[in-house]
Parts: sequence; structure tokens; C-alpha cells
Amino acid sequence: MSPMIEIVGVHKSYGRVHALAGVDLDVAAGTILGLLGHNGAGKTTLVRILATLTRPDRGAARIGGFDVCTQPVAVRRLIGLAGQNAAVDDALTGRENLEILGRLQRLGGRAARQRSAAVLDEFDLAGPADRPVRTYSGGLRRRLDLAASLVGRPPVLLLDEPSTGLDPVARRRLWEQVRDLARSGTTILLTTQHLDEADTLADGVAVLDHGRVIDRGAPADLKRRLGDDRVVVTLARPADFGRAAAALGPLSAVAPVVDAAAGTVTASVRPGRGALAAVVRLLDEARIELADVTVKQPTLEDVYVALTGAPPPAASSAGLAGSRS
Amino acid sequence: MTAVGLAHPNRLPASAFVTDPLAVARRQLLRLARTPQTAIAALTSPVLFLTLFRYVFGGAIPVPGMSYVDYVVPAMLVQNLIFLGFTSAAGLAQDAGSGILDRLRSLPTPRSSLLAGRAVADLLVQLAAMAITVDTGLVIGFRFHAGPGSIAAGLALLVVIGLTLFTVFAAIGLATRNPETVQSLTPPFFLFLFVSSGFIPVATLPGWLQAFARNQPVSIFTDTVRALLDGPAAAHVLDHSAGQYTLICLAWCTGIAAVAGAAALRSYRRL
Repeated sequence: MSPMIEIVGVHKSYGRVHALAGVDLDVAAGTILGLLGHNGAGKTTLVRILATLTRPDRGAARIGGFDVCTQPVAVRRLIGLAGQNAAVDDALTGRENLEILGRLQRLGGRAARQRSAAVLDEFDLAGPADRPVRTYSGGLRRRLDLAASLVGRPPVLLLDEPSTGLDPVARRRLWEQVRDLARSGTTILLTTQHLDEADTLADGVAVLDHGRVIDRGAPADLKRRLGDDRVVVTLARPADFGRAAAALGPLSAVAPVVDAAAGTVTASVRPGRGALAAVVRLLDEARIELADVTVKQPTLEDVYVALTGAPPPAASSAGLAGSRS
Repeated sequence: MTAVGLAHPNRLPASAFVTDPLAVARRQLLRLARTPQTAIAALTSPVLFLTLFRYVFGGAIPVPGMSYVDYVVPAMLVQNLIFLGFTSAAGLAQDAGSGILDRLRSLPTPRSSLLAGRAVADLLVQLAAMAITVDTGLVIGFRFHAGPGSIAAGLALLVVIGLTLFTVFAAIGLATRNPETVQSLTPPFFLFLFVSSGFIPVATLPGWLQAFARNQPVSIFTDTVRALLDGPAAAHVLDHSAGQYTLICLAWCTGIAAVAGAAALRSYRRL
């Protein structure tokens, strides 16, 4: 079966800025691709090309087999777009927003009303549905924005940094909704700056840097290349740091790093596999009292560092050569 | 809804070219109803300005051979279109800046829906402002001095002028994408509005200004409407017959709409 989203050699420049410098990607039907990258990496440009808002300079993109340049209407029938902007109308109620968008997604009047009501229920928006959107909280607006992209039941969903600016609770909730959609067969491409988001949601991750895909794989593969998590232990008695470092020595991949002034010891551990529990157990056995233990999640920075440290794919070194500070 | 299973997935049904602009127009009118301060300001300003010009400035501006209120009502009708145009441009700029237009452009709706729908909504607001202006005028002494055919032609021409100005303000809104920038563009429009035959007889201006004031489009719009609504009462303050003015006016409208319309469409595609 051909992929639902296909991107072949896509280039796009704005003046002298190469937003996309030859991107190849595909997304199988019913899967989630997380497109990971910094601001300016080209994520939004790619989403805009798939959404038929911008034309590529070179290369081609197809959704459901339809070309975004030559068959834009067919593509628009297949996609839902939601983004960082929460593009809903402030002056209108949530319901009015959805009904009008439903009409523009080729639903009849009655179907638009029914689908809007169904989506409002699904997204737990029935309560505020008849209030003007300007009275909504940020999280509520974003949820409405996502709902708005789904009134026409699109089989493909393009989400541009959907969780930017959301509080952790709203973020979790959005994640659940995205997962539900994928489970019901929707193909999703979502962009994010957060490794944990891509890791939690996506079946596959592509790392975009300076308009190039510098890595591509399952989240687990990507994490394997990341190396170790860091467990930061804050000691109840800073004087214990020497003993703590000794106790953690066998667990840590490199010698634990001690910050005597702050009273912390940082150990590098293999991710997962009960690493945190092991740290706590070792310190407990050594009778060292803890004030705090945190696991530092790998970040997008760490991904880049890991990718530069790794032996090339050529694209990787090329993508990172001009890396901004 | 999927494209799979449609005979021509890349085509839109003909009905979309009617239903979708109407859906957009409905949105605009709902927005207007929800932000009544905008609607009230737009619809009361003709009452305010007309009363002001009739009773405050009018007394100091003699127009030979006709009452000032008859002279100024056509100018007020044209002024409305410009004032409402700024509201429209600011709204469009806001939509363009906020991502709402991106969303609309990603939907399987004709690309013309958005602009056509806004034009319909703007037209209805313009008609309301026109009715309010004429009614206010009638209360404070304005009278039609032309035949019914001529009056109907004058009002129809106001609709044409309104649609022409819509293309100008759509181009401004889409090019700036920022309501504040739109507001900053008012001074040149005030120049066209006031250095015109709208509020004073052009003959009172210094000679070097007269050529501009007589021939610039806002003067042509006003004098055309004036010729058609005031009929013989205004003939002696006008340079041409009603028929000639109508032709000149339509020529201006065609030219302006062609240039501004193309600019608006270009900005819309490139958003």
C-alpha cells in the first residue's frame, strides 16, 4: 500500500533562506509521524506545503495519492489543519465556528450541525459551546481549534506544534485525543520541538534541521542513539557527596559528576530499566539521605549532540555544519 | 468526507460557489452582531456627520443655487463607503494575521469564497448605512430632485462604487495583515475625501488644487451620485451631464477594481 503522505525531494526557499533543502518523507496510513525540530528548521513550511498553502520550488508532495500542486482541492478534501495559532473566530461561539467550517468542508447544513455537535461532545466542549470564543481559556481554544479541523472527518491531520503554550494538563489531554484519532485510523503528521512529545505520540520520528531530515526512525531507535539519561541526586547532607558518588559509581556509565556546593551528584544511566529505582536503592543501602531525585530527560539539544557525535549519514553532518548557536 | 470514491475529487460542485460565500458572509454578519460597538459606530457616524455638516459647517459654506444639505448628502454616501472600507480592511488584516485565512485556504472551498463572502456582507452593511444616511437627510431637509429612474441609477452606482472600494480595502487588508497598519493608512484617504468636490464647491479652492479636486476619483464618485440624485438642482455646480459622469465613474471603477482586485488576489494566494 502506498503511503498516505509522500514527500519527495521538496525544496523551498524564501529569498536566500532555504527553508527546505530536499526533504523526503513518507507516512503510512493510520500512523503518526512526529516531525522534530527547532524554530526555523522548516517544520511549518513543510506543513504549509502539505496543506496546499505554499507551493514547493522543487519536488513533489502527495496526500492520498493526490498532488498538492496540481490537485489541491482533492488534497483539501483529505486534510484537517490545526496549528499553533488557534485559528478560530473570537467573536463567534465555538459551535458557530465549527458549523461554518463544516459548511466549507462540503457538509450540508444539517450534517454540519450534527457533526459540530458530535465533535463538541467528543472534545468535551459542549459546555462552553455557545459562549463566544473570546471567553475561552488558552487550552480550551486550542481544543476547539483541533475540533475545528475534524468537523469534516479528515483522514489526514496536520498538526503544527499543537501543544505550544498549553499547560501540562491540557497537553496530556491533547495527547490523548491525538492518540484516539490515530487509533481510529487517522494519519497524523505533527510537528514539535519536544522530544518527549514525539516519543509519547509518534510511531516514527523525523528530525528536521536547516531544511533537511537529519534522522529518521522509530522513537526507540532515536533514543538508543541518544545515550544516557542523567539522574540528578540532591543530598540531604551535602557532606555525603563523596560517599554518594562512590555508591553510584557502578551504575553510572561515566564517573558521577559531583557539585559539592549545590550538594548534588549526577549519574549517567541507561534510560528506562528502573534506573531511578536502582539509584534510590543504592543510596539507601549506603544509608545516604536524599532531599531530591530528578531524571533529566534528553532534549532536542541532546538529539542534535548525539547525531553529531554519531558517525555520519552524510545528511547529518551537512545539516549540522551551519548549526546556529 | 474523503476524496476517495468521488468521480472528480479535484473539482468542487457548482453549488459551492454560492453556498460557501454565503457561509462566509454569515460569519461576517454574526461577527458584526457580536461586536456591536463596531456596527454602532459604523451606522451612527453618518447621522453624526450629516447633522454636523448640515447645522455646523454648512452655514459657512454657501453653495450657489442649492441647499447645502442637498449638496452634502451624496458626499456623505461616498464617505460612508470609505469609512466602512477601513473597518473591512482591518477585519481582513486581522484574519490574515491570525491564521484564520490559512485555515480557510486549506479547506475544499473555492478560493473565491472568502472574498466573495466578505463582499456580500460588506454590501449589506453599506446598504444599511446608505438607508440611514438618506433617512437622516430626509429628516433634516434633504430632498431628491431627480426622477425615480435617475435616483435608482444613483443608488445602483453607489453599490458599484462600494464593490470597487471593497477591492481596494481587501488589497490593503491582505497586504498589511495587521489592523494597526491598516489604520495608519487613513491619511491619504482623508486627502482624497476632503480635497474633493464633496464638502465644498471646487471653485472656492486655489487654482492649482482645483484640477486635482475636480478629477480625482472620490470627486467623480460624489459628483456622479450628486448628478443622479440631485438632478437639475445640482446641474450648475457640476462640470458634466449625469450620463457623462456615469461613464467616467464606471471607467474609474473598472480601472480601480482591475488593479486593486489583482493585487488583492495576488496577496491572497501568497499569504
